[in-house]
Amino acid sequence: MTKEILIYAEVTRDNYIHTVFFELANKAQELAQKLGDAEVNALLISKRGLAADYREAFANSGINKIYTVEGDNFETYSTDYFTVAAVTVVKEIRPEIMLIGATNQGRDIAPRISTALHTGLTADCTGLDINEKGQLAATRPTFGGQLMATILCKNFPQMATVRPKVFKPAEKDYVKPAEIIYKEINLDNTPKNVEILEFHKKLSTEINELDSAEIIVAGGRGMKNEAGFKLLKEFADKIGAAVGASRIAVEMGIATHEMQVGQTGKTVTPKLYIACGISGAIQHTIGMDKSEKIIAINSDKNAPIFDIADFGMVGDTFEILPELIKYIEK
Amino acid sequence: MKIVLCIKQVPDTSDIKWTENNTIQREGLESIINPYDVYAMESALKLKRSYENIEITALSMGPAQAVDMLKKAIAVGVDNAILLTDRKFAAADTYATGKTIGTAIKTKIPDFDLIICGQFAIDGDTAQTGPSIANTLDISQITYVQEIISYEEDTLTVRRELEDGTEIVKVKLPALICVLKDTFEPTRAKINGITKAQNFEIKTYGFEDLGLSSEDVGLKGSPTYVSKAFRPAPKDTQCQYCSTIEELAEQIKMCGGLND
Repeated sequence: MTKEILIYAEVTRDNYIHTVFFELANKAQELAQKLGDAEVNALLISKRGLAADYREAFANSGINKIYTVEGDNFETYSTDYFTVAAVTVVKEIRPEIMLIGATNQGRDIAPRISTALHTGLTADCTGLDINEKGQLAATRPTFGGQLMATILCKNFPQMATVRPKVFKPAEKDYVKPAEIIYKEINLDNTPKNVEILEFHKKLSTEINELDSAEIIVAGGRGMKNEAGFKLLKEFADKIGAAVGASRIAVEMGIATHEMQVGQTGKTVTPKLYIACGISGAIQHTIGMDKSEKIIAINSDKNAPIFDIADFGMVGDTFEILPELIKYIEK
Repeated sequence: MKIVLCIKQVPDTSDIKWTENNTIQREGLESIINPYDVYAMESALKLKRSYENIEITALSMGPAQAVDMLKKAIAVGVDNAILLTDRKFAAADTYATGKTIGTAIKTKIPDFDLIICGQFAIDGDTAQTGPSIANTLDISQITYVQEIISYEEDTLTVRRELEDGTEIVKVKLPALICVLKDTFEPTRAKINGITKAQNFEIKTYGFEDLGLSSEDVGLKGSPTYVSKAFRPAPKDTQCQYCSTIEELAEQIKMCGGLND
């Protein structure tokens, strides 16, 4: 029997497929090869017609089969209905591995599915591999990012969630059949207990600019106070960068949680990441070490941030940044 | 309304020291109440202040020392406290934890209306135990709750903060909610609360009391297991140091910044 890796294709409120799906689909191709020609398949729960609309995108991302549950009951996400649908399909097709994006929706549904299937779930993985015994080896940070743990699962499917931007989507198209297989779900015994009364979409100005920024300037403990972050912002504006922060800066109250990069914040992958006054604790670097280039400015020449930086300058950020700004203005 | 408040003690991960063998030095590691659970407790206490006939039972699974945390909960106004403690419960993953806590609620507090959990615990940071409890009890869940707006007879209305916006959601009880952190003025213990806590008998249940099989709990009942734990290796990049502002600006330009 062909082994299957099943990927949860999260549908956003606007009926798009979440980008994390394509990242997971690409990573799964590698896992499928190591498993010995396993199939990479998708589970899509949505309004009517979405699978047909997205078929080509699924084919290009390496999907063999799209298991599709669609209908009026699935137009917007609900934990109860989507869990019943997912559990029913997974029980029938018995995949080896199931991967889900660690988004709000993914983190809401994944533990419901795994508990209902009496299997294990490893949250927020930063590495996925197949070990010599053919098991999914899921690696994740724990203890506030200070320890990495590789976790195995003895039941099936072996489940894991992964945050957006941890893996990269395919650079070139795969050509796979992306056959749509419709599944009917009986919801007679599933009461509708939850009702969404209102939804207020975030305005585009409130959507986190760190997600799409090509350059990020981030500050940590070394930025000391609000004036430090003002300086950082001034510099960032000069070079067209978004402003990020370490957890310490957020805890010090000089940056907001939306700006936080790291294990309990965002994972970012800009072309250039300039870390100012950030020591480089693992809790932070885990969220930015996949940036294409990293530049570090820190007064402590032994700060671990220099271990991952491509370029660095040892010195006081409060002196260096104003000089840089002056230099740019020239 | 009967509220079950799930709280847990976690090591203070901001202060971890390493042994020479690259393992975490556990001796002397401070235990604190998980910060998200502090907010869960505040949410429960706020409901108790705003509505009549609210009874809060704090529940924790962990070592015997968790009694101290539960007594503090009593001191600030929680009505009852239960500790699930047994060697057999140790090393449980989120599945086994959800099953153990869910079974304890089903058997010891069967007439509950609302379960409140913190969204995350700062040690494991999985956000999985709450939904796992809800699934064990076959009830609905609302995750990412920022605020409880109102409680009417058999429903609860809450505000969720999500990646794409804010949802106002109404859920039929019984249900489980997972709350995010927010800024708040923590409830302080009053003298009579402290006196009550001192003499309060925390109900303690072990493995034998829950009617589960030993295959259901602890390490044995956990589908996942850690095959390897290690200190993250630093990335092998050679940092090129700049000694002047001009040099630094040049590198920033080379990396895609400072375009005209």
